[in-house]
Amino acid sequence: MMLDWLQSHKDLTGVVMGTAFGMIARIFMLRSDYRQYPAYPHGKIIHLALGLIAGALGAVAVPALYNKDYTAITFLALAAQQFREVRNMERSTLTAIDNLELVPRGAAYIEGIAVVFEGRNYLAIFTAFLSSLCVMLVGWWAGLIAGGVSLFLAHQFMRGKKITHIADVEMVPLKLDGPNLFVGDIYLMNVGLDENREIIREQGLGFILTPKNDDAKVTIANMGQRQAILHDISTRLGVYRDDGEPALLPVGKLGLRTGKLGLLVLPREKDVDKAYAAVCNVPLLEAAVRMPTEANRKSTEAKHSG
Amino acid sequence: MANIVGVVTTKQGSVAGGAPIFYVEDREQLQTFAHLLEKVLDCAAHEVNKDLFIIVNRH
Repeated sequence: MMLDWLQSHKDLTGVVMGTAFGMIARIFMLRSDYRQYPAYPHGKIIHLALGLIAGALGAVAVPALYNKDYTAITFLALAAQQFREVRNMERSTLTAIDNLELVPRGAAYIEGIAVVFEGRNYLAIFTAFLSSLCVMLVGWWAGLIAGGVSLFLAHQFMRGKKITHIADVEMVPLKLDGPNLFVGDIYLMNVGLDENREIIREQGLGFILTPKNDDAKVTIANMGQRQAILHDISTRLGVYRDDGEPALLPVGKLGLRTGKLGLLVLPREKDVDKAYAAVCNVPLLEAAVRMPTEANRKSTEAKHSG
Repeated sequence: MANIVGVVTTKQGSVAGGAPIFYVEDREQLQTFAHLLEKVLDCAAHEVNKDLFIIVNRH
C-alpha cells in the first residue's frame, strides 16, 4: 500500500529521497577528525545547512528537467556560486586564525581545506541528483541503491592520499654537534643557547622522509607541504614552545644532495609511536603534488606546445 | 631577510660594525647575556664560535 503510494508519487519520492541522501552524504563527510576543524558547533551548523540546500537542489533538478522545465538548470549554477562562497569563507576564517597558531597551517594547507569544503558540497549535490534520477527512471528502490552506492563512492573519493604514499618515514635520532643541529646527515639549524640545546635533546624528535620517486622529491620539497606536516604533528601532540621563541621552532629542512626531508619536531607529549603515526598520516596537499616525470615524458617532449 | 640585532662576545676587539656589541667577562656570562637578549628581543641566539654569539631577528 505504502510502496504503491511511493511508486505513484515519483516526483515527491525523488525529491525527498534525493535530499535525504545529499544531506547524509554531507554529514558523513563532515568529520571532526584530528585536524580539529570544524570543531565548533556553529561551524558545523553552517555546513549542515549548506549540505541540506545542496541535497535539495540536486534532488529538485531531476523532476524539474523531467517536466521539461529546463530553466531549472540555472538553479544549479546558482548553487555553484554559493559553494564558491563557502570556499572563500573557509579560506578567510582559517587565514585569520592562522596568525594565532603556534605552528601555522600555512597558505597551501588552508587552500587545500577550503577546496575540500567546496568539493564536498558538489558531491552532496551529485549524490542527491543520482538517487533522485534513479527514483524517476526506475523506482524508489533504485533510488535507495543509487544513493547508497554514491555515498560509498563519495567516501572513497574524498579520502585523499597521505605522506606514506610518496615517502618512507623514518625516525632518526637528533645529533647536536656544538651549536649545529643535525637529523641524520641533514643540517637543520644553529642553536646558540645551552638551555635550548637541552630542551631539544630532551623533547625533540627527528624524522627523515625519503621520497619514493622523482615526483615525490618535488612534492616533498614544497614549503606548503612541509608546513602542513609540522602543523599536523603539533596539533596531534602539542608543541613545546611559546610565542617569541624562534629558537624552538619545529623545522623541516631539505638535504640538498639527496632530496630527503629532515624534520625536527618538539612535541609536548613525547610519544614516539603517536608522533610516527602523525607524520605518516599527514594528507598530501593538492597544491604540492607535482608530476614532473609526466611533463617530461619522451612522447610530449618533441611536440610543440600551444 | 634575517637581521643581526645584537652581538655578544667575550673577546674585546674581535667584532665591529653596525649592530650593538656587548662585551662580557666569560663564556658563562655569554650564555646568560645571550639568553636575556633572546627573551627580550623575541629573537634567536646563534653561536658563531664559542666566544661569539649573534642575536638574529627573522620576523
